[in-house]
Amino acid sequence: MTLLKINKLTKSFGGLTAVANVNMEINKGELVGLIGPNGAGKTTVFNLLTGVYRPTHGTITLADGSQEIALEGLKPHKICSKGLARTFQNIRLFKELTVLDNVRIAMHKNVAYGLLSGFLHLPSFKREEDRLVEESLRLLEIFDLADKKDELAKNLPYGEQRHLEIARALATKPKLLLLDEPAAGMNPAETMRLSEIIKRIREKFDLTILLIEHDMSLVMKICERIYVLDFGMVIAKGTPEEVKTNEQVIKAYLGEGVEDA
Amino acid sequence: MKKILKAKGFKMLTALVLTYIIIQVLVSTNIINDYMQATLVTIFINIILAVSLNLITGFTGQFSLGHAGFMSIGAYTCALITARIPTTWGFILGVLAAAIVASIAGYLVGLPTLRLRGDYLAIATLGMSEIIRIIFINMDDITNGAAGLLTKRFVNWTWLFIFTVITVYFISNFLKSTHGRACISIREDETASEAVGINTTKYKVMAFTIGSFFAGIAGALYASYFYVIKPDIFNFNKSVNILVIVVFGGLGSLSGSVVSAIVLALVSSFLQAFSDVQMILYSLLLIIIMIFKPGGLLGSRELSIAMLGDWRAFIGEKFKALRSRKEKKTTAKEDLDNDPVENK
Amino acid sequence: MDQLLQQIINGISLGSIYALIALGYTMVYGIIKLINFAHCDVYMIGAYIGFVCITSLKLGLIPALLIAMAICTILGVLIERIAYRPLRNATRIAVLITAIGVSLLLENGMILIASPQVRVYPQIDGLLAKSFDIGRITINMKQVLILATTIILMILLQFIVKRTRIGKAMRAVSLDTEAAQLMGINVDTTISFTFAIGSALAGAAGVLVGVYYNSINPLMGLLPGLKAFVAAVFGGIGIIPGAMLGGYFIGMVETMVAGYGGSMFRDAVVFAILIFILIVKPTGLLGKNVREKV
Repeated sequence: MTLLKINKLTKSFGGLTAVANVNMEINKGELVGLIGPNGAGKTTVFNLLTGVYRPTHGTITLADGSQEIALEGLKPHKICSKGLARTFQNIRLFKELTVLDNVRIAMHKNVAYGLLSGFLHLPSFKREEDRLVEESLRLLEIFDLADKKDELAKNLPYGEQRHLEIARALATKPKLLLLDEPAAGMNPAETMRLSEIIKRIREKFDLTILLIEHDMSLVMKICERIYVLDFGMVIAKGTPEEVKTNEQVIKAYLGEGVEDA
Repeated sequence: MKKILKAKGFKMLTALVLTYIIIQVLVSTNIINDYMQATLVTIFINIILAVSLNLITGFTGQFSLGHAGFMSIGAYTCALITARIPTTWGFILGVLAAAIVASIAGYLVGLPTLRLRGDYLAIATLGMSEIIRIIFINMDDITNGAAGLLTKRFVNWTWLFIFTVITVYFISNFLKSTHGRACISIREDETASEAVGINTTKYKVMAFTIGSFFAGIAGALYASYFYVIKPDIFNFNKSVNILVIVVFGGLGSLSGSVVSAIVLALVSSFLQAFSDVQMILYSLLLIIIMIFKPGGLLGSRELSIAMLGDWRAFIGEKFKALRSRKEKKTTAKEDLDNDPVENK
Repeated sequence: MDQLLQQIINGISLGSIYALIALGYTMVYGIIKLINFAHCDVYMIGAYIGFVCITSLKLGLIPALLIAMAICTILGVLIERIAYRPLRNATRIAVLITAIGVSLLLENGMILIASPQVRVYPQIDGLLAKSFDIGRITINMKQVLILATTIILMILLQFIVKRTRIGKAMRAVSLDTEAAQLMGINVDTTISFTFAIGSALAGAAGVLVGVYYNSINPLMGLLPGLKAFVAAVFGGIGIIPGAMLGGYFIGMVETMVAGYGGSMFRDAVVFAILIFILIVKPTGLLGKNVREKV
């Protein structure tokens, strides 16, 4: 069953077309990779999916039970509440806040007390806040961050900051998780651990995952299907094996006229 | 856990009651005379203003230079009501109406302007508050124009004490709720905040509306104590003064705002003795503080007992010449910990 | 029709003043992203220096103008040096509060030295006292003087910014301070120079206002300062031609509103325009949209 359908997605900035006529389909439960050389438009696709940019043309449709929801043109927080969550290429945590707060904030849309209770700290406030802490800690547990709940996010080592960002995204209870270069800046051991974690959360939360990655070993190892983007267009798709041997992909990565050089 | 929370609340309540009793004794024995009482009232009003502006600027990260505008709306609303119903009930009605009208104005101003960021927002809010002031000057029939309104005194300092405590309590509670955290996340990173499902526009406007609500209360209290209000009281300089209190106390620190409102009021009443050069000294002080402590007194932290301990150790270190080397090391570390903003 | 033309001529005079002040705001903002609240007080001090030169020192208008510009230049550089430079790496709000502090200091310093009362610029005899009529429109020589001085200064400014080394450095620093530094540009000097030019223009505006409106006081900078800043934002802050355009536009609107019976609301109209422009096109008339990278 198709969870997300992207049809003829296009984004132009002035004269530059960053994403051109991209068609993609992601099935429920899949783990799909999106790769391509620098400047191919991968992050722009993420920004279009999550509403940071408005598409110039094209549609993005999310299946919700039997319904189909059009995502294009919605604001980012609306898209998040429909079940899309993301991480950022250049980590964007709430740096001056604690690890716990980072996760708690992401649970905001599922909090069941109103403004009045917030002002007066009524019983419903206490009940909900206790639940938030409990759920946050359970989530942090998965990333071995529970005992660091009171540390400021900015004081975490780099790898843990990336983990926290994933935990924060999960706190929004997404159906589809978008990971933007989750292994960037990690050493092989850390990357290994990351791939374990991705596998684990995928099972535990019944997730569908789309990830952008430069680390080919990670992509080839964990992704079931891969889309390759170059100059804003999809130049290849298929299983890791198919993509690896695709001539156009090799050309895009190594460049043409290699023999001239 | 629950017990500790309750104990903490109890301690706070005891401290407040004690403060009240001490001030009351000082007032009734006339150690705090009428003139000093005016300073006391100014402190309370400034606390309300600073705490509410801190919610907007320090916690939500929206730079406003128009807080005096909302204060003036509250002041005029309350004065107009108490002029018709000159009783304590009239005053209470006036305060409520002031808060509501000011928060509606805050909502209407915030909705279009809060799409702007940083300095642009500051200038837009400055423009809005100037427009409000000019409107008050020109609504002769109702506001008596530039000459202003004259009512009478409806409140004593006890009322101000109560309203100040309520304001700080509500805003502090709000900031500890999920709504408050949503506001703080906007200051930290607006894009990330949207991405985790927070309607940032809604929460910016909410912070602005709540801030204006309490600014309206401050205005109402001003009108009901000092009984003379005119548009020029609520000019750009007033907005700046409130911002100075907030920045001096530390953006994102409620207790900082409270301490700073008290310190600055005491400083300026002390400077009154040098009336000729009072403002010059004040502005020099402002520049010097900003150059040497740009993060304000408390940075974005809240006052706590542990911190007082740190400071005592730090001050002790500075003034006592003889200390062992080991102790010096630890205090130097604490000194660094005390200035998170400067170390950024 | 005649009245409209007359208002346009008055508007150009006022607009020239705003444009001169706005240039200082816009250049400083462009280079260190600071709303320099003290700038309007430099303008006020320029007016006072002109006053002293003309009354006590019995100098002519041109020497007075030049002396005011020179002293304001020094003042501007000193303000940057003493108050703003130590805060180069502090939060912007801290620098802004400092700027407000400097502004208060200058205003109250002047009140202490010169008393808060209004001073009257002496009437200038000779050519400047004359006026001539075209049809039913009156143009006086003061208006000609203001426009001429403004045009000369703006041409000079354009020359400095576009054709000289230091001008190129200014543009480079305002585009990207770090990159400029890596290219061997002395950022501190460039910033000082920017303050120098902006303050000189403000000083000139101060003297011209004294001559045109005759009266000056220590708080005269506040409102024109705000409006000049509005002008800078209107044209697109950081953009030099934008400040000129904005200055003339605001000057024109203000005289029109005042001339057609709305004098009580002319300040409100200026601020309403500001808010409208900010909401519709926050980067100003000539500004480009900059997108945050995500």
